Amino acid sequence: MLEPALLSRHLIFITGKGGVGKTTVALALGQAAAASGRRTIVADLQGEGDAREEELAPGLMRVSIDPQSAMEEYLTVKVPSPAAQLLRQSHLFAAFAMATPGMRELLSIGKLWELAQPQRRTANAQAYDLVVVDAPASGHGAALLRAPRTFAEIARVGPIAHQARTIADTVSDPDFTAVVAATTAEEMPVTETLELRDSLRRGADPLDLHAVILNGRYPRRFSDGEAHALQALRDRSQTPAQLRQMLDAGLAEHARAHLQEQQEQRLMSAFPDAVITLPYLFEPALELPQLSLLAAELRAQIAGAGA
Amino acid sequence: MSTAAGHDQGDAAQLLAGRRICVCVGAGGVGKTTTAAALAIGMAMRGLKVVVVTIDPARRLANALGLESLDNEPRRVLGGERSDARTAAMPEISGELWAVMLDPKRTFDELIDRVAPTPQRAAEIKRNGVYRQLSGAVAGSQEFTAIEKLYELAEDDYDLLVLDTPPAHSATEFLNAPGRLTAFLGGGALQTLLRPTGLGMRLLGIGASPLLAALRLVTGVDLLTDLTRFLTLIGGMTGEFSARAARVEALLHAQTTGFVLVTTAQTHPVQEAIWFRDTLRASSMPFAGTIVNRVAPVVAPSTQAVGESPLPAALADRLLACAEDHAILANRDRANVARLRERFGDEPLLIVPDLDERLTDVDGLVMIQRELFRV
Repeated sequence: MLEPALLSRHLIFITGKGGVGKTTVALALGQAAAASGRRTIVADLQGEGDAREEELAPGLMRVSIDPQSAMEEYLTVKVPSPAAQLLRQSHLFAAFAMATPGMRELLSIGKLWELAQPQRRTANAQAYDLVVVDAPASGHGAALLRAPRTFAEIARVGPIAHQARTIADTVSDPDFTAVVAATTAEEMPVTETLELRDSLRRGADPLDLHAVILNGRYPRRFSDGEAHALQALRDRSQTPAQLRQMLDAGLAEHARAHLQEQQEQRLMSAFPDAVITLPYLFEPALELPQLSLLAAELRAQIAGAGA
Repeated sequence: MSTAAGHDQGDAAQLLAGRRICVCVGAGGVGKTTTAAALAIGMAMRGLKVVVVTIDPARRLANALGLESLDNEPRRVLGGERSDARTAAMPEISGELWAVMLDPKRTFDELIDRVAPTPQRAAEIKRNGVYRQLSGAVAGSQEFTAIEKLYELAEDDYDLLVLDTPPAHSATEFLNAPGRLTAFLGGGALQTLLRPTGLGMRLLGIGASPLLAALRLVTGVDLLTDLTRFLTLIGGMTGEFSARAARVEALLHAQTTGFVLVTTAQTHPVQEAIWFRDTLRASSMPFAGTIVNRVAPVVAPSTQAVGESPLPAALADRLLACAEDHAILANRDRANVARLRERFGDEPLLIVPDLDERLTDVDGLVMIQRELFRV
C-alpha cells in the first residue's frame, strides 16, 4: 500500500480524530514534499475572509479556506457577470448556499480542487505540485470527501452537478488524490481510524486510506526488567522525593509506551506496510524547526518503503 | 495538588453550584466526554439526579455507563432502584446517574414527528431527499440535535444535565452550527424570498424573476425543485422551529446554565481556549469555568539525585534524560496554565493531572471526579 508515490500525488487529505496532531502531520508532510522539490501548499478549512496564500518557507505555502469567500470566488469565475452580480447583491445565493446541507463542504472541497489544478482559475494565482489538506476530524472529514458525489446525485443536472462530478472524479482518482489518516497510538484514535477506513469504503464511491501516520510515539527507554528496578527503588521509603519524582516520570512513560505498543500492533495488523510512525517530540511548542525533524522522518520512511 | 501548575482555583462543586445545565465545550481530543462523565458521576455521588448526554464515547466508557446500544433514551447507570449485578462494582451513591448516547438522526426524526401537523406530513418530510441529507449529514446535525436533546431532557425532573459536545476542529463550531440549521428550518432569507406565491411553479417556469433565474442557472433545476418541495413541506412548521429555537436560546443563556471550557495545557489548545472564552463572553453565554486536563506532573531532573541512587550508571543516565524531557512538558504546561490564569482572572480553573489513558471505566471516572471535586 505505502510506496514512494505518496508525495507525487497532487492532493493529500489528512484526517483523523481531534487532538491527534493533524495540523502537525499536515505541515510536516508539506515540509517533506517541499524538501523533495515539490511546490506545496498546506490548506485548512478554518479561514475567515479572503484565502490569502502565505509563504512559510521556500516552496511551502499555507492557506486557510473560508467557504463563504470560496463561494464568492466561484460566482465571480463561473457565472456570467450580470447574474453573478445579482446573486451577490441579493444575498439570496449566500443564504441558499450556507443553509443547504453539504454546500459548505462542496464549496470548500471545490476550492481545494482548484488549488490543485495545473491551470488555476483564480486570477494571478500560481500553480502547485501538491496540496496537503489539514482536513476536519474523521466524521466531518469523510463528509467533506463525500460531498461532491452526494451533490452530483441530488442536483443531477446543472452547473453545480457538473462541477461536483468533476471534483468527485478527481477525489476518487488514486493517481491524483490520497487520503491519509493521522492517529496517536491510543485506543480511541485507533478505533476511529478503523471506523474511518470502513466508512470510506462504503457507498457508491469507495475510497481507500493510502497510509496511516502514527503521531507522538513515545520512546522505549527502559526494558521491562529495568522498569521493575525503577519501581522497586520508587517503593523504598528512603528514596528522596526528588528522585521519586524522576522515577515517577520514567515509570509513567514506560507504562504509556507499553500501551502505545499494543495500539501500534493493532494498527499494523489492520494496515500492513502502511503505517508511518513519528516520534513524540518533547518540545514546548511545535513550530517549523521542530517539524522539520518529523519531515525528515517522513521522507526517510516513505522512500524506505519503496526500496 | 502537586502539578506543575500549582493549586486549583475552586472545585467542581463550586463550578456547578446553582446550575441545572452544564455544557462541556472545547476542541477535539481534550477529554470532553470523560470530563462530562466524571462531573456527572461526581454530582450523582453528592445526591443529585444527573443525566449525562454523551456523543460518541470510547467503547469502554460506553460499556461502563451501560450504553452498549445507541437507543437515544436515558438509562439509569447508578443509584435509585437499579439492582442488577453491575451495581455491586459501582460506588455507593446517594443520587442517581443516568446516561444517554446521542443518535442525531433519530433525534431529528423525533423532532419532525413532534412538530409536524399530521403523521402523514411527518412521513412525507422524512422521505424527502433534502431532509435525508440534512438529518444524516455529520456537519451541523450533531450540534443541532445535541441541543435539541438537551431541550427535551430539560423538561424532565433531573437536577442536573451534563452535555458533552460533538468533536470539532474548533470550539465555536458548536455554537454556530445549530444557528445555521435553525436559520434554514425556521424561515431564513431563502424561504422569505421564495414563499409568497406558488413558488414551485415559478421556479419551474423559466425566469419568473431575474433573481430566481440566476439562482436556477447556478444550482440547476432539480436541486432547487427538491429544496422547494422540502421548504413547502415544512412551510407551516417554520413558526414552531423559530419558537423552539428561541426557547433553546433562552435556555442556553439562563443563569442556571453554565458552559464549562475543557482544554489541555498544550500550547495550541490553550490558545484555542482563550479565543473560545472570548467568544462566549461576546455572545453573553453563562460561563462556569475552565477544566485543564492532562497537566504534566512536576519533575526536577537532578544529576546528583540519580548519581547518588543505587541505579547502574547507564540506567541512571537514561532516567535523567527521561526526566529532562518530561520537565520540558511540565514547564510548558505551567507556563500555559499561567497564561490562562492571567486571562481568566479569578474565574474557576480546575487542574486535572495527567492520569493514565486506561481510566475510561467507572473506577477511572471516580478517580477523575476526586481530582475535580478535590476530595
